[in-house]
Amino acid sequence: MSQGESVQPPAETGTSQAWEPRIIAFLCYWCSYTGADNAGTARLKYPANVDIIRVMCSGRIDPDLIMTAFARGADGVMVCGCHIGDCHYIAGNHKTMARMPLVSRVLQDFGIEPERFVHEWVSAAEGDKFAKLVRQVTEQVCQVGPLDWPRRMYERGVGHGQDLQPWGDRA
Amino acid sequence: MTTNGAEIDRQPGKLRVGMHWASSCGGCDISLLEIGEHLLELIEVADIVFWPCAADFKYRTVADYPDGYIDVCLFNGGIRSSEHERLARLLRRKSRTLVAYGACAMDGGIPALANLKSPREIYDAVYHSNPTLHNPGHVEPKTQWATPLGELDLPGMYPQVLRLGDIVDVDYQIPGCPPVGAQVWKVLQAVVAGEVPARNSAVRVGCDNRSVCDECPREKRKTRIKAFKRPHMAVPEPNWCLLEQGFVCLGASTRSGCGAQCPKAEMTCRGCYGSAGLSSDQGTAMLSALGSVIDAVTEDRAREVVDEIVDPTGTFYRFSLASSALKARR
Repeated sequence: MSQGESVQPPAETGTSQAWEPRIIAFLCYWCSYTGADNAGTARLKYPANVDIIRVMCSGRIDPDLIMTAFARGADGVMVCGCHIGDCHYIAGNHKTMARMPLVSRVLQDFGIEPERFVHEWVSAAEGDKFAKLVRQVTEQVCQVGPLDWPRRMYERGVGHGQDLQPWGDRA
Repeated sequence: MTTNGAEIDRQPGKLRVGMHWASSCGGCDISLLEIGEHLLELIEVADIVFWPCAADFKYRTVADYPDGYIDVCLFNGGIRSSEHERLARLLRRKSRTLVAYGACAMDGGIPALANLKSPREIYDAVYHSNPTLHNPGHVEPKTQWATPLGELDLPGMYPQVLRLGDIVDVDYQIPGCPPVGAQVWKVLQAVVAGEVPARNSAVRVGCDNRSVCDECPREKRKTRIKAFKRPHMAVPEPNWCLLEQGFVCLGASTRSGCGAQCPKAEMTCRGCYGSAGLSSDQGTAMLSALGSVIDAVTEDRAREVVDEIVDPTGTFYRFSLASSALKARR
């Protein structure tokens, strides 16, 4: 959001119908996306809560994309890439490997539970592993409940500020 | 600073300048004095019509000004309380050009680090659990107070620190904690000469469009980091990139314009000029940069190395938490 832009209150989630988690999965083109494809052609069943975003390499998944996904309303984020040693670009996933532990530490400082952020290696042949992973992630995100970040920030005045109830002033 | 020769919107006669502080330390007000003897040149062409830190003006004085009376208002500090918000809205109405001056107004600054704690935790620390406190009555601030002369309305703390741009439209932003004197003088000269960039809330002035690394004279040897160190743990080798030596230097993710003052003085860049990239999230840029320079071939080893960084969130977002994608702790 650019500064000064007026912000509309985000729609309430989970009121009109039963809440379903929304999970964003960043998959690398060479292994994990093909792995997800593999799960599809093998007709493996997994929950439809996951929105897959294909990227060329897990090393190009800027932590900014992960934070932005949460900030715009995702309940969970998955990052999958080739196993170490299998990277199509030789060392792209080495960078992922070094970044992701830090990302999950920073996310926890922001109060985002470790269950919501999963980083796993999935090869092109591991359709089974991918389907299992999606099932597991969906289940653990369901357990921690909705994150609802846009509404939370709106209620605290980001982007408009007025009608805020000052905190404090209690007996 | 790029200019397209746009004239600043002003009334005839002397330029009317205002400056206000909200949730800030006062360093920004002092940084205006850092222009030194140029202050006398400024006073020749400009009248100061509001500056609570340096001169005796009441809020009522500003409220009595007609709308658009102040030509340029430099607003420093983030929005932490209802008083800050009231003044931000008032000064927006009374000013033709409103500038977010300094890291706090632009990105939340150091006060925004409190966004990692809940208001309850902040109150507990400040009024109850701090070991140097003596508060047996468990007194906390209130926004209403009955006095013999009537009910008093006092400012209340907001749930989190907001940027000036979260509350009102901002015309320009000057980064820095505080902005460097030479840059401030350059901006003021441009204002007086009528050579400002086109009005746009996203425009940053008083800085360059590169990163601190571009200005830093230290040598890069293209080595990878085996272990992280804190500044008190070792004496840095002169003229060698501090990050490559294992000190967490934020130069790579920070906008230039300060002249790389800190790295030149053997101190890591603390990141006060805000994000260097297109994204306003400075912390993730640093996270990303670190991933490329850590020397590890196994996942466990990578985790070991990054675990040596004490408080990564507070370090990477030291001055820009309110501008990050997530903005505050849940």
